[in-house]
Amino acid sequence: MRNEISTIFEDVLGRPVVIEDDTDIVEDLGMDSLGVMNFVMAIEDYYDISIPLDRIAQIRTVADLIHTVEDLRKGSAV
Amino acid sequence: MSILAKHGAYKQAYDVLRASGVDPLNVRFDAVLSPTEGVIGGRKMILLGTNNYLGLTFDPDCVERAVEATRGQGTGTTGSRVANGTYGGHKDLEAAIAKFYGRKHAMVFSTGYQANLGVLSTLVGRGDHLMLDADSHASIYDGSRLGYAEVIRFRHNSPDDLYKRLRRLEGAPGDRLIVVEGIYSMLGDTAPLREIAQVKRETGAYLLVDEAHSLGVLGETGRGLAQAAGVEADVDFIVGTFSKSLGSVGGFCVSDSDDFDIMRIISRPYMFTASLPPGVMASTLVALEKLQAEPHLRRDLMRNACRLYDGLRAMGFETGPEPNPIVAVAMPDQETAVMFWKLLIEGGVYLNLALPPATPSNVRLLRSSVSAAHTTAQIDTALDVFAEAGRSLGFLTSGRRRAAGAL
Repeated sequence: MRNEISTIFEDVLGRPVVIEDDTDIVEDLGMDSLGVMNFVMAIEDYYDISIPLDRIAQIRTVADLIHTVEDLRKGSAV
Repeated sequence: MSILAKHGAYKQAYDVLRASGVDPLNVRFDAVLSPTEGVIGGRKMILLGTNNYLGLTFDPDCVERAVEATRGQGTGTTGSRVANGTYGGHKDLEAAIAKFYGRKHAMVFSTGYQANLGVLSTLVGRGDHLMLDADSHASIYDGSRLGYAEVIRFRHNSPDDLYKRLRRLEGAPGDRLIVVEGIYSMLGDTAPLREIAQVKRETGAYLLVDEAHSLGVLGETGRGLAQAAGVEADVDFIVGTFSKSLGSVGGFCVSDSDDFDIMRIISRPYMFTASLPPGVMASTLVALEKLQAEPHLRRDLMRNACRLYDGLRAMGFETGPEPNPIVAVAMPDQETAVMFWKLLIEGGVYLNLALPPATPSNVRLLRSSVSAAHTTAQIDTALDVFAEAGRSLGFLTSGRRRAAGAL
């Protein structure tokens, strides 16, 4: 999943990125709030999920994101 | 190191703005002379950024009734309706708003912001799903955080994206409430309400429309976008404000929903704040009568709006997608936006400089709002000042004119 997420990041940011589990999405990738929102919408489209706002607020790192996406895909968080 | 040091990034951005010689977040009026004229720094300005759509703030009847009510009932209620009681004005205003919309129930709030907080936090709660247009006003976002519902954003003005997200919720328990705005306050674009109403019908969701900028502006009798789009029957709740077309302050919600009045003992932004003062309610009631009795105000408003919108586009400025009383011009970058705004002020035109994060898609906007009270000459003067500023900043070339930015 990390590779898929990396590709989505690159599409949104328009530049290559290197991400690890502990990469901080805002600090390390230099995303502003609009970038984060576009990125979240791209992730939602790709995985056919909606990430509620309170869940987005809890996501800091790539690992957090992967965990949230997996959780929502299982349907356990609806 | 102060406790507010955490906001350093905002302070820095604000300092940069102020260092350029302007402070658009802190404009001081020496005087406000009429709905369309004020004085800033000793200079008379055309007011082109006040949301005063019908120009009723100085209406003699509105002013007279406000004075009368203030003399008769005092300057304020000094408390909330649940503690200090309800005045005749509250009941009269609620009855008048309900009648205007042809709805069973109405409730008034002390501001439009509080109406959204109070209604959204009460209609949905834990286990429910709140579907917000991504470009929703701050009061909608803030209201969404008060009620513990799950908040999902859909792409601005995209019924398809909304449908997709509601479909993803299939099988999940809880109510779904869709929230959209009649006219969006930054670009002046309207919601595709017919299509959204169809999604609502197909998915069994409830629909709330915030008509803050469309009350008195759109629709055959001025009820807003729901009326203009012919889908009032699909709109379960309408929220709005008295502070734009009705020239005062305060918010409201109307509905035919059973149990509506339970909100009065649940909604904290209704219960725990002072209610509207008598003078405000009195002028609002008269303004609402005028809105209905004087349909020419709406025609004058749209004529002025189209004149400004068409004039700016003809000069090559990049505006919002449709002509409405909110006319926004996109600027290519912040520096140009600030310079342009400054030149407009120097030329005698006041409007709003709107910068991220208050704007959608990080655009920099010169945001004007037109009034029915503007004269054609005032609109033309504003257009001339725009043209002059555009020329001196070099992005309106003579002959073939070039667009300023991208919307």
